[in-house]
Amino acid sequence: MSDTTQQRSDVLIVGGGLMGTTTALFLRRHHGLSVTLLERELIGRQASGTNFGNVRRQGRDLAQIPLANRARAVWSRVNELLGEDLEFVPYGHLRVCYTEAQTAKLEQHVRDVQPLGLELQMFSAEALRRRWGIFSDEVVAGSLSPLDGHANPRLAGPAFGRAAQRAGAHIHEHSEVAHIERVGAEFVAHTVDGRQYRAPQLLVTTGAWSARFAQDFGEPVPLDARGPQMGVTEPLPYAIGPSIGVSTPIETEGLYFRQIARGNIVFGGGLKGPAFADAMRAYVKPDNTLRQLRELRRFVPAFANVQLIRVWSGIEGYTDDWVPVMGPSARVPGLHYAFGFNGEGFAISPGVGEVMAELIATGRTSTPIDAFSIGRFAPAEQDQPITT
Amino acid sequence: MTPPRVVVVGAGPAGVRAAQALVEAGVRPIVIDEGRRDGGQIYRRQPDGFTRTHAMLYGSEAAKAQALHEGFDTLREHVDYRPETLAWNVTPGQLHTVHASSGETATLDFDALIVCAGATDRLMPVPGWNQAGCYSLGAAQIALKAQACAIGSRVVFMGSGPLLYLVAAQYVKAGAKVEAVLDTAPALPTFAALRGLLNRPRLLLRGLALKAMLRLTGVKLLNAITPLRIEGTPEGGVAEVAIHDARGAERAFACDAVGLGWHLRAETQLADLARCEFAFEPLSRQWLPRIDADGRSSTPGVYLAGDGARLLGADGAEAAGRLAALAALHDLNHARGRTLFAAERMSLQRTLATMNGFREGLAQAFPWPHAHAAALPNDAVVCRCEAVTAGELRRSVLEFGSQEVNRAKAFSRVGMGRCQGRYCGHAAAEIVAAAASIPVEQIGRLRSQAPVKPLLMSTQEHE
Repeated sequence: MSDTTQQRSDVLIVGGGLMGTTTALFLRRHHGLSVTLLERELIGRQASGTNFGNVRRQGRDLAQIPLANRARAVWSRVNELLGEDLEFVPYGHLRVCYTEAQTAKLEQHVRDVQPLGLELQMFSAEALRRRWGIFSDEVVAGSLSPLDGHANPRLAGPAFGRAAQRAGAHIHEHSEVAHIERVGAEFVAHTVDGRQYRAPQLLVTTGAWSARFAQDFGEPVPLDARGPQMGVTEPLPYAIGPSIGVSTPIETEGLYFRQIARGNIVFGGGLKGPAFADAMRAYVKPDNTLRQLRELRRFVPAFANVQLIRVWSGIEGYTDDWVPVMGPSARVPGLHYAFGFNGEGFAISPGVGEVMAELIATGRTSTPIDAFSIGRFAPAEQDQPITT
Repeated sequence: MTPPRVVVVGAGPAGVRAAQALVEAGVRPIVIDEGRRDGGQIYRRQPDGFTRTHAMLYGSEAAKAQALHEGFDTLREHVDYRPETLAWNVTPGQLHTVHASSGETATLDFDALIVCAGATDRLMPVPGWNQAGCYSLGAAQIALKAQACAIGSRVVFMGSGPLLYLVAAQYVKAGAKVEAVLDTAPALPTFAALRGLLNRPRLLLRGLALKAMLRLTGVKLLNAITPLRIEGTPEGGVAEVAIHDARGAERAFACDAVGLGWHLRAETQLADLARCEFAFEPLSRQWLPRIDADGRSSTPGVYLAGDGARLLGADGAEAAGRLAALAALHDLNHARGRTLFAAERMSLQRTLATMNGFREGLAQAFPWPHAHAAALPNDAVVCRCEAVTAGELRRSVLEFGSQEVNRAKAFSRVGMGRCQGRYCGHAAAEIVAAAASIPVEQIGRLRSQAPVKPLLMSTQEHE
């Protein structure tokens, strides 16, 4: 192999979604390490580019709140950081419910996250109506996270990718990695077209495609590909600031929507659709769309006369315990993972990037991520770290 | 043996003839029609209470229109006809429909789906085309056909293709003032184009006669023009069309309405949602679903016929509809269908080959002026639904690195609005390709998403 086909850097990132591009940017900006990022197709195209765009902290597993807070701090300065407008608006995230039992859960969550630095406000049905005036009588309560909001996922991944590139990261699109081997103290990634990239540190962040690489390193993870069921309406006069979701234990009732500055209502939620990682396709099931329309009418009756103009999906990775995989490998030194964000990775992505960059560059992070360790899936007999 | 479940989408020339072939073979198809009545766009039937004759409505095509309408009338008891119904989505083996006024939905299981979705006008953005008073040629014609209305009292028609002259002539006949007919194609077709057009000499002569009639009635006919802009005001709408004539001199034509159209583009969303493969058709520079000589798509059980698959016109659509239906029955091992298919296949294929020769002639005689699209000024609105300009599209290439048309869509919103790129997509592709210095066939094809047309939120689920 000639020198031109063997490229070496401090860190190799496999996967050009939001987790990969944010990590690449912060590795350059904060730590000055050389970075190569390999993306099989185009930056930010699947889960990163097709999700709802929630910048939401409330409603998360408590273990994610510190990470979400850290991410939220980046969102505050994201336009300055990137020199581009990601359409982030901090107009709040509102979570409402239909039952007294669920109201009690919202109230408990308000108490739980308060010590973690997240201040929420409870709203009665009457207070919701006074403030927003759009909800049906079925809505009984809600909690507002006033500093959360939403942003445009179509723009975010590519913008982080460009910023990382401007900061000196080597970003290679259309570079599908066939396999990764460990040679001495280095990882060598072989692309399907025969290129090789070497680095002593590796981050696997290939979303729903990650389990194969983890398996190759002896760390099997139960990971499923699923597709969010998204839709958008024609534009309406701009009136709804916050991102709004229903909190419910019934999956078919699940729903969230936001209004973008142009006026369109973007929505999603409920059952997931089929996604085929190998074929790179995910579909919206027609019955899911029709159910979402029913739930939207139930939630905000005035939506009945609005037109749906488009639906879409993408490929997201879901772990079987609904907890992400994030942090160092439990077996292989120098190997790191960030995947399996279960359809709620967008909001925390800049936090994941900061934390992973810190972890890779310094070996530690100030943000607790132990709960996300891949070691939780390790079979008992395999629990020994490899020392090579 | 249970009878095969066959669904036909569309009740224009292709859909009606497909349904007729199925009924002849003893199959009762479901026919989904977006229209209130059968006939499609070309043979659109007038609303109840209107009393114009076929001759008044369809001119030289009256006999064909009448035959198609009467043919469908005799089928009515033998088909499950569902007018005012949109096929909004298709998934493997299932078509999803919604009724326009009730909002009621249905999921139809099919063994064979015959999509006869037709075509719409192919539009080229012109600076100022997003003003009141700009219509497509097809819309101008439908206003006349369906409602006996003209789009204005002093009309300029601009574009290219046979419809340009046909609509202008229909307006003259109806008593409207046609200020000018402005054609981007050269006055004389090339030899290759002529050779194609001679496949249907009578149609060629009819076209020449239309031009002669327009000239005789004092309509200004200009060829090889370059559209510059459509002037107007927000209050009054369009007022004037400015062009460069064949010699490059700027000229302006005062008007109160403009009809625009550059021949036709196939309605391919259902084929796309049915996961059919597409191929770039270089003569017309548009992506069309792959079909074999009988109308089979790459998706088993999905057949495509009429202008939604190949722009052969109404006569070709009738033959293609019949052939696709018989091919579907053949593939389903339907005895009577196999007999009819074997008997008629060669003759129908020959008809289609002649029509296709003529199509190629038309595509060359009235070429899609892709260089105009690529040269649109930066402030020209390309996507009217989302108000995306040519400059924003170029920026998605030059600043954000789009090398692919769906990437340009993601960055600029082009084609994300109500029409999903059906009207701006071709021009947008030319702009992106030119900005990226990549041949247009290599920048990809805007992917379709459901719903095929906007779906009201009040749309009801079904059991």
